[in-house]
Amino acid sequence: MQINDLINHTSEWLKGTGPHSDVVISSRIRLARNLNKFPFPHWASKAQLNAIMEKISQAIEKVPLLKNSTLFVLANLDSIDKQFLVERHLMSIEHTQKTEQKAVLVNDEENIAVMINEEDHLRIQLMQSGFNLFEAWEIINGIDDALAKFLDYAYLADFGYLTACPTNTGTGMRGSVMLHLPALVMSRQIERVLAAIAKLSFTTRGLYGEGTQASGNFFQISNQVSLGHSETEIIENINGLIRQIIEQETQAREIMLAKSKEILEDRINRSLGILKSARIITSQETIELLSMVRLGSDLGMVKDIDRRTINELFIITQPAHLQKLENVKLSSDQRDLKRAELIRKKLNLL
Amino acid sequence: MLCDVCGKNPATVHLTEIIDEQMNELHLCEDCARHKSAAMEQQFGLSDLLAGMADFEKPSSKEEEMVTMKCHSCGLTYADFKKIGRLGCGECYNVFRRYLAPLLKRIHGSNQHIGKNPAKTKVVTKLYKKKAGLEELKNQLQKAIRQEAFEEAARLRDQIKEMEGKKEKE
Repeated sequence: MQINDLINHTSEWLKGTGPHSDVVISSRIRLARNLNKFPFPHWASKAQLNAIMEKISQAIEKVPLLKNSTLFVLANLDSIDKQFLVERHLMSIEHTQKTEQKAVLVNDEENIAVMINEEDHLRIQLMQSGFNLFEAWEIINGIDDALAKFLDYAYLADFGYLTACPTNTGTGMRGSVMLHLPALVMSRQIERVLAAIAKLSFTTRGLYGEGTQASGNFFQISNQVSLGHSETEIIENINGLIRQIIEQETQAREIMLAKSKEILEDRINRSLGILKSARIITSQETIELLSMVRLGSDLGMVKDIDRRTINELFIITQPAHLQKLENVKLSSDQRDLKRAELIRKKLNLL
Repeated sequence: MLCDVCGKNPATVHLTEIIDEQMNELHLCEDCARHKSAAMEQQFGLSDLLAGMADFEKPSSKEEEMVTMKCHSCGLTYADFKKIGRLGCGECYNVFRRYLAPLLKRIHGSNQHIGKNPAKTKVVTKLYKKKAGLEELKNQLQKAIRQEAFEEAARLRDQIKEMEGKKEKE
């Protein structure tokens, strides 16, 4: 697989299926692992980083679950390619910096991604569509077990898996759920919900993880604590919280439907109208309008556009995706033109 | 008001520290304040936060030993860790154990791993896991009682009884 093959492909997690996919976009689990006897990436020499890369890529080849996948060596990618992978949630923004001796493995379904030499030697990620952390855990646990047969992980009985940053020590696990909460935002209840989440030692982030702002009604919620609870306990805790948020969002949607249906219909259809006819549009505006259209589709107010099409539009209207589609470097102004054109084409064809 | 630390200069910096849910008010002169936390003047990143947390663990008599303590495997010193907020290698966790154990507890509320093990160590850690599990349950019970979550407390109490019963049989 080449990086250009990804552009016409829909990632597994974007399909808009799975439990509660009206509120939950995706569920993700990542595990941080390091090799015994090697310094963590930030403290390792070039030769050591090369050796780590070698050991890990050899192990990967022996794991059946990772068979249909491609290893992208970051030093060989240009800046658009790297951003493209970030936009597809296949790697972190941090991984695009100082790219020597770094790589990312991506499987054909694009639900598995393995970053090599990011903050830790290994960051294994599994993404599922909808609210599905346990299924994600089962798959990633299997991959982790298989890799452990060929790799000697840094591990202590009392501290668990050892990571570069002590905030990840223990299980090395972070479970995140991406939520779409337009009704809680519109009814101004979101501040209260986010404050409660923070008190429970969970973190809320934006679409692109660490360091990004929540935008367009999208919120990524994940556990902060990785030590002292088992993996399944951590997942149960996240699940319990997410179930409550889903319930609150669903209730807020019902109340809006009952009390101000016309206003809601107006906002949703105006958003769709702008997307279908705009000639210049920024990515921020696109995300906000698509968020309303997605709500319209979930509520049955928008009939001819399905969740999958909307999910795809979120991704392909991002800067690096537009430039890959056009196969040329575009300025910000040029992108706003091309973005509007692409959206018109996709939505008016339906 | 004079500085709480040196008692000589007028206190111009007023600091509220919260350690272990205990609130402390400190009134410091500028020099002592700067001395207390150089990080306060910088942008507050994760490494600063971690370094700050690590600082609280400082047993004053061992201060020097801690800062110069060096990992024999990767060469990282504890001072390096305090600066960058990252450890150097897995062995650092053994070398700096006495400082990291309380730090981990502060971050995660526990420093006993009870999750999965890499397959190879499974047999060795099985007993350990059971013990940690019991201890953890007792902690949770105390917490539940403090929060007056009595249903949860009753469930935990039964679980602890059951585990202790099993242990006696063994």
